[in-house]
Amino acid sequence: MKTATLDIEKIRKDFPILSRKVNGQPLVYLDNAATSQTPKQVMDAIVDYYSRYNANIHRGVHTLSQEATDAYEQARIKIQKHFNAARAHEIIMTSGTTHGINLVARGFTGFLKQGDELWVSAMEHHSNIVPWQMLCERTGARLRVIPMNQNGELELASFREGLSDRTRLVFVNHVSNALGTVNPIEEIIDLAHGAGAAVLVDGAQAAPHIRADLQALDVDFYTVSAHKLCGPTGVGALYGKEAWLEKLPPYEGGGEMIEEVTFEKTTYAGLPHKFEAGTPNICGGIAFGAALDYLNAIGMEAISGYEAELLDYATAELLKIPGLKIYGQAARKTSVISFNLEGIHPYDIGTILDKLGIAVRTGHHCAQPVMDFYKIPGTVRASFSFYNTREEADRLVAAVEKARQMLS
Amino acid sequence: MEQQPIQEIQADIVDEFSMFDDWMQRYEYMIELGKSLPVIEARYKTDENLIKGCQSKVWVHADLEDGRVHFTADSDAIITKGIIAILIRAFSGQKPSDIIAAKTDFIDEIGLKEHLSPTRANGLVSMIKQLKLYALAYETQMES
Repeated sequence: MKTATLDIEKIRKDFPILSRKVNGQPLVYLDNAATSQTPKQVMDAIVDYYSRYNANIHRGVHTLSQEATDAYEQARIKIQKHFNAARAHEIIMTSGTTHGINLVARGFTGFLKQGDELWVSAMEHHSNIVPWQMLCERTGARLRVIPMNQNGELELASFREGLSDRTRLVFVNHVSNALGTVNPIEEIIDLAHGAGAAVLVDGAQAAPHIRADLQALDVDFYTVSAHKLCGPTGVGALYGKEAWLEKLPPYEGGGEMIEEVTFEKTTYAGLPHKFEAGTPNICGGIAFGAALDYLNAIGMEAISGYEAELLDYATAELLKIPGLKIYGQAARKTSVISFNLEGIHPYDIGTILDKLGIAVRTGHHCAQPVMDFYKIPGTVRASFSFYNTREEADRLVAAVEKARQMLS
Repeated sequence: MEQQPIQEIQADIVDEFSMFDDWMQRYEYMIELGKSLPVIEARYKTDENLIKGCQSKVWVHADLEDGRVHFTADSDAIITKGIIAILIRAFSGQKPSDIIAAKTDFIDEIGLKEHLSPTRANGLVSMIKQLKLYALAYETQMES
């Protein structure tokens, strides 16, 4: 087995928060699927922005405004390059993945009619279900579900058979937040395109682990959140193919998104500004770019390799605990371990782990259909990042064992 | 037998918890207390009796007998069960007016302060509110 080379000790020094204590114990942060921690380099970019060139963008003639505009547009190009989009204006800056999904769902309102069909996967986050249900309510389109199996893998047979000329849109996550499954989006995109349908991929959970090549995927829309990529909260990006973005109506009206306004008629600005009404999260966007620089300096491949080894190690160690069951045992997974101990509520385990300084998430992870599928109230979810270590995985295992002893 | 006032029961609980040096022993004791919880009858384990705002499920039922409120409860999480058991031990068998007026600072004193945060998903705050709401409902009923 090839050992992935990451200088973890050096990397951990970039994250001040990793050296703090929680309940008297050194923090073990394993809630990375909810939000990632922030390296100094990104914090520096934020401080630098407010210290040197805080200004509104795109309309000022003064130097600060020019500098802020350049930095913000530079961040857009960094996002474009990172995900290999063909054009910078295909990257719409958003407040996060949810915003991106809603922008597309709202935009499709005028394109759908009664009897049209949309497909969603059985393992979506609520944010990739609810906007589409609302779209169905507005248009009379029908929502269909790609089922999953006990391992937490999508079963494409019924999807393949169900595709027809009524199929308009397919939306699926690249990686499941609740289970860690890497979904076969390449195949789903091919099948959907074969039926003439567009595809939106929710890349929020995939982006920290897998670099999506948007041109190679030929996906129509792809959305990400900066805060899962070592960037700040409240900022993200929506990729859309130019042709789709030209076709979709604006999501919100306001400043920045117009070309000309009179009381009789407004003409909209071109891409990407048509979808970016109002003053954006300028500093957040610039920090998002800095976060991608940080990740790329380490290298996404090195990150993926290291994380895969850590996941295998933690999985094997956790499974040694009697009565521990892992939900989501797909052949292709990223750094999520969703588990329960037999007869013990996940909330109890999470509470004990917190007392031991270990941050995990418990509950339904905004994916109630997944919990209903397994007939469980929720799970404990430990989600790893490249700055986590085997020692931390060991501490998790010891703490879960401790919780088991206390609670059973 | 005369019912101990709420304050005294709370002081007893604080005393019991003060014997423990660390959080782990306190949690273990709380889990033990959960086992002595007067368990709610199955017919009362309804959605209506479910307390909102908890990540685990908590059901509470209340009866009025001779002017005093008697609580029964259950939870699917063992720590939550311990918390509700402690609350019920302090509040059950008390007059509605005393329950409404009761302070709950003792939770802090027994080292469970973190559970008092209103944003905490366990809903201790919701539990206290619910117990007091029952008391309020019975007080209103007694007055009319």
